[in-house]
Amino acid sequence: MKERTRLSISFELNGSPRRIEVEAHRTLLSVLRDDLGTVDVKEGCDEGVCGTCTVLLDGRAVSSCLVLAPRVHGARITTLLGLSPDGRPHPLKEMFVRHGAVQCGFCTPGMVLTAYAFVRSHPQTTRQELRKALAGNLCRCTGYAKLLDAVEAYVREVCSVR
Amino acid sequence: MSAREVLERVGWRVVGKPVPRHDAWDKVLARTAYAADWEMPGMLVGKVLRSLHPSARIVRLDTERARSLPGVVAVLTARDVPRNTLWTDVPGQTTEVGPLRAKVHVLAEERVRYQGEPVALVAAESEELAEEALRAIEVEYDPVPGVFDPQEALSPGAPLVHSDSKSNLLARWTVRTGDVRGALARADVVVEGTYRTQFVDHAYLEPEAGVAWVDSDGVLTIRVATQVIEHFRDVADVLGLPHNKVRVIGTYLGGGFGGKEDVTVEVFLGLLAWVTRRPVKMVWTRQESLLARPKRHPFVMRYRTGALRTGELVAQEVELLADAGAYAFLSALVLLYASTTACGPYRVPNVAVDAQVVYTNNPPTSAMRGFGAMQVVFAYEQQMDRLARELGMDPVELRVRNGLRKGDRLPIGQVLETHVALPEVARRAWQALGPAQPPSGPHLRVGRGLACNLQPYGRIVWLHDWASAWVGFEMDGSVLIRAGVPDVGAGQASSLCQIAGEVLGVPLDRVSIHVSDSALTPLAGTTTATRQLMMSGNAVLRAATELREHVLRVAAQLLETTPVELQLDGHEVRTPDGRCVSLVRVLRECARVGVPRSAFATYHAPAGDPIDLDRGGGRVFPDFTYGAHATEVEVDTETGAIRVRRYVACHDVGQAINPQSVEGQIQGGAVMGIGYALMERVILDAGNNQTTSFSTYLIPTSMDVPDVIPLVLESGEGMGPFGARGIGEPPVGPPAAAIANAVYDAVGVRVTELPIRSEAVARALYELAGHNG
Repeated sequence: MKERTRLSISFELNGSPRRIEVEAHRTLLSVLRDDLGTVDVKEGCDEGVCGTCTVLLDGRAVSSCLVLAPRVHGARITTLLGLSPDGRPHPLKEMFVRHGAVQCGFCTPGMVLTAYAFVRSHPQTTRQELRKALAGNLCRCTGYAKLLDAVEAYVREVCSVR
Repeated sequence: MSAREVLERVGWRVVGKPVPRHDAWDKVLARTAYAADWEMPGMLVGKVLRSLHPSARIVRLDTERARSLPGVVAVLTARDVPRNTLWTDVPGQTTEVGPLRAKVHVLAEERVRYQGEPVALVAAESEELAEEALRAIEVEYDPVPGVFDPQEALSPGAPLVHSDSKSNLLARWTVRTGDVRGALARADVVVEGTYRTQFVDHAYLEPEAGVAWVDSDGVLTIRVATQVIEHFRDVADVLGLPHNKVRVIGTYLGGGFGGKEDVTVEVFLGLLAWVTRRPVKMVWTRQESLLARPKRHPFVMRYRTGALRTGELVAQEVELLADAGAYAFLSALVLLYASTTACGPYRVPNVAVDAQVVYTNNPPTSAMRGFGAMQVVFAYEQQMDRLARELGMDPVELRVRNGLRKGDRLPIGQVLETHVALPEVARRAWQALGPAQPPSGPHLRVGRGLACNLQPYGRIVWLHDWASAWVGFEMDGSVLIRAGVPDVGAGQASSLCQIAGEVLGVPLDRVSIHVSDSALTPLAGTTTATRQLMMSGNAVLRAATELREHVLRVAAQLLETTPVELQLDGHEVRTPDGRCVSLVRVLRECARVGVPRSAFATYHAPAGDPIDLDRGGGRVFPDFTYGAHATEVEVDTETGAIRVRRYVACHDVGQAINPQSVEGQIQGGAVMGIGYALMERVILDAGNNQTTSFSTYLIPTSMDVPDVIPLVLESGEGMGPFGARGIGEPPVGPPAAAIANAVYDAVGVRVTELPIRSEAVARALYELAGHNG
């Protein structure tokens, strides 16, 4: 096996500081899943198309399979688990459950995080805008309508009454 | 009194209510461990070496260099597999099923027959080492001529995919009733069409994955994403082990759609774990999944349909040709579904169906949602549209006039014993489209289309299907269900909780379930064929009903009354005059007097023996689900681009156990069907797959589809619990035909090939314009 550059990186994962040594070519997805056991991040296509492995990088939704691990040095990473920081389910998650937006559940982590990040920056959004915002996250089970129902309900019932 | 009647008397508590699924919370809180999320101490990584040639002889296969790499623990070829044959038949069957029994090699022997065929296996200490081992295996191929088109495969002198068979024909089915030639000759109108469908992939988001290990008691255990835990028998057969030494634990699936019905990783994992005596994990990449997994069958369908001036159908002549790819898998069975449903939900007195499925050197084809009963919808529903136009009839009227009714016979001779909701679904779907909307731009035309279908639920009756379940009270009054049903994400497990909760009067948060473990949960058969709600649902219903009787009998003794008077509400048992005893007290009394606090039940579906289709007169399926989809599309006359603007899907589900889940199945199924109609296709170039990533194999995104409006009808006449019908597969059938009919309505172009590509529509429009001067 060839010698590979190894780097020591520190970042915040779901609110906790992490410091690990990684080979420079590793993706954030594989480090999160294989090294840190953060298996709530799912792997769907490994080429940035399906959105399944979405995480929040400093609050922005990214495909973790396209992010090299050293890139997150000093950054804040949030996965689905990190969206319930106080142990209580985030209201967006409750909307997913209540509206039947979860079927096989494999797209759910990425879908919830993408929706969360989008709505945070667009609190007055419309269904059509949501449709566009979620277009990078594939779902093979729900037909999208119930996903949109869930996020729309979150916008209407939770975000607008702050 | 039927379970439905009991419920109507005491009032429904949880069945029929859109309650959140118990697994939804686990999934949003990231507590569900899918197959690839599982780890074991000392685990190895397993990988598959696959052929890049669609048709070649293996001249040399040398694993020595790979074996000698440090960190590589095992390298296996066909020579290392104790019994290198996998029988792809139906578990638990009791009848000889002829061509339905087919064999596949675990690893290629001296020949590869499709691109992606497994040639060797490796297990290594890390993923990188495993990949290095794959690269170190030396294989020398000698390409041999292949055959890539089923029609060509049937021609004399075509290269044989399997040299031990006389031709490339895998299976043939015929259906004959009446005199089709004579009837066509006497018909006032005859319409003809040839329709082609494509290879498509299941494209579930969770790739195939699993972990296997050998327990301290010598049992090979495989934790795997599968629709069929009964594949433990296949693994045992391949390894030459007794069946009781292999256990399959099924995970909650990230989608299946039929693609996790055939064996995926489990045999490879079993071999590697058994040989290395260490835990092994295997996760296929997306590329591997799209390259090598069996696809949905492409069909060529020739239809001639005759009708009287009144619109009455008199005859239908059908030829079907399907591509099996390189190995049989479930192709003969898929073709049987196609042949026997080829005339749709209509009364056709004279029918001749000739169907063939043929080996090629394309990727194998096997089960996918709709299972042969969906390809034919694209054909028979465009035939109906053609007829309606030829006769100047309303599309709903033509369908209602010819629609099957309860008591009618299908062309195969099967009598329809339950309600046939065809008129209702067709009318409701069509009406729900609402007033026509004008086009949204100058070059756009709007059109509407309708398509109906019937889809069997449950296995064909000559497989003598059965499922078992165990339901018990714990001493605190909570309920536990054990059922060997794999949950593919459609809510299989959750529906069972609702059924048991309903019968036992226990709130859903006090009901829990273990599913999908071949050692610890009673076997329930496959989660396929839209069968689990009927099969496991009825088994749980029986077990829960029996358990309720046990408990109420003891409660009646405590309350000095008769069981029939008593109400069970989860915490206590009450008499009509207000006396009560706590459930916990009753359960203790059961234990004291030796009355069971659990029940085990098996449900046997209607069974029968294989019929002679040529002579007809028999039953093939337990029952059917009927549906109708209506759509409004907008076609750009300059580019041919199609936008689906409105979409309505109506199905008679008998009784919705969970209306929210039913809607989800309908919406998701319709969108899968819209993808099939407009964009999905596996592109093959002489057997070479050009679409092995999600950037080339396209499935619908939220921007590609409208919100599907689900309309749920409840006739109460299904064979499932409380009169439910299956709804897993039915919604994928109609979309392609509904959209094709709408495109014709919009611009007068009859699309007969899937997917309906804008280039083809634009070309046809151009030709149409030229032709019209």
